[in-house]
Amino acid sequence: MSDRQQIYSRTLELIEPFNKKGMPITEATRFAQDLEWDSLTVLDFVANVEDEFDVIISMNMQAEIETVGQLADALVRLTAGK
Amino acid sequence: MTDLFSKFDPLIQQREELLSNGVTDPFNLVMEKVESPTVAICNGRRTILLGTYNYMGMTFDPDVVAAGHKALDEFGSGTTGSRVLNGTYAGHRAVERALKDFYAMDHAMVFSTGYQANLGVISTIAGKDDYIILDIDSHASIYDGCALGNAQIVPFRHNDIEALEKRLKRIPPEAGKLVVLEGVYSMLGDVAPLQEMVAVSKANGAMVLVDEAHSMGFIGEHGRGVAEAQGVIDDVDFIIGTFSKSVGTVGGFCVSNHPKFEILRLVCRPYVFTASLPPSVVATAATSIRKLMDSAGKREHLWENSKRLHAGLRQLGFKLGTEEPQSAIIAVIMPDLETGAAMWEALLNEGLYVNLARPPATPAGMTLLRCSLCALHSEEQVGEVLTMFAAAGRATGCIS
Repeated sequence: MSDRQQIYSRTLELIEPFNKKGMPITEATRFAQDLEWDSLTVLDFVANVEDEFDVIISMNMQAEIETVGQLADALVRLTAGK
Repeated sequence: MTDLFSKFDPLIQQREELLSNGVTDPFNLVMEKVESPTVAICNGRRTILLGTYNYMGMTFDPDVVAAGHKALDEFGSGTTGSRVLNGTYAGHRAVERALKDFYAMDHAMVFSTGYQANLGVISTIAGKDDYIILDIDSHASIYDGCALGNAQIVPFRHNDIEALEKRLKRIPPEAGKLVVLEGVYSMLGDVAPLQEMVAVSKANGAMVLVDEAHSMGFIGEHGRGVAEAQGVIDDVDFIIGTFSKSVGTVGGFCVSNHPKFEILRLVCRPYVFTASLPPSVVATAATSIRKLMDSAGKREHLWENSKRLHAGLRQLGFKLGTEEPQSAIIAVIMPDLETGAAMWEALLNEGLYVNLARPPATPAGMTLLRCSLCALHSEEQVGEVLTMFAAAGRATGCIS
């Protein structure tokens, strides 16, 4: 799975169960500020993303990822060559 | 000018709101006199200590205190130097020998605090391109060790063997891997499934570091910790520990059988760039560690205390951090910070000190009244503690 649109759609599906306030999600939605996720929610969400795409998203990488779009970009890079 | 302190405003406001209700500041208590490992005078009142981590009650042991006096007289008040320059005295070597004997391991390295032991070992051995895989509920000193180094940090859900294994399998096989675990997790007092986790780590080519700060001295046949109790101590590469709990003074250490371990003394910055422990401290630590080797009776009594407190609190209707007592820490879960602070103050007024623990130190945003037992708490004292919990719990509406 390397097509960005496909990765982005799948990412939105994975966000859904954690989107408790029913926020409309765009490329620019920020996980901490807009979705107000705490560290445990982030851990659960990241675990689901890692399982779905069979990748590791280290905390170092997570620190660079603020928005949904940036996550999709990172997943495109991480899954390249798989 | 931007005030660099404005980032602390939310916390300042939260504190002011809490204290404006007239509650005693739970983070500003003074022990005016300390009578024994289990009793101190706070606000002029005799107070039972149930939140000190003084598990084995060694702080007033006559042999330990005498060793400290002797070293103070013979070697002075401090070393004024790094371990690698003028700060290694006979006593520092002696306490490292005591640790090697206690753990039956080849190498021991003593740091100035337990915090620095984690900070130093983790940041030094896991470098750029290596991976550290750690439990999400790890102690702040473990996270800070990660932050000080350059490795890739991969957390997994607390005590989840499958989550650990999945992550290990996704890391490139050729990459260096360090799995960081704790024997006892200090907030809820629960124990790690080390037997399974160490096996999974080894099967996937990782080195394993276990922080046994809260288990040393009383868990395991020789008091070596949870790794010993679960039969995997020989597969653990590094054990981190502290002198500030069961040993009864201050300081930290790492023990290991790694053949190249001693090189850490030259490359580990939190070991090199700080003054070594004072002679009196290493003398008390060495004496205490050797006495802990032979404390089976005290260990047994500590377990009895832990079981009695756990059962008693549960019977009163408190919600506890673990179903069964797994260590000498019993965590009482409070509904929120306000109730927790009120309950903490009510207990103090009854004559009982426990730790009030709150986020970010606690998992899942919990407020906890954390109780840690001592081998020197008498059966009567545990009974008194339960009476005080009952009174304070009813006064604050925590229990009916």
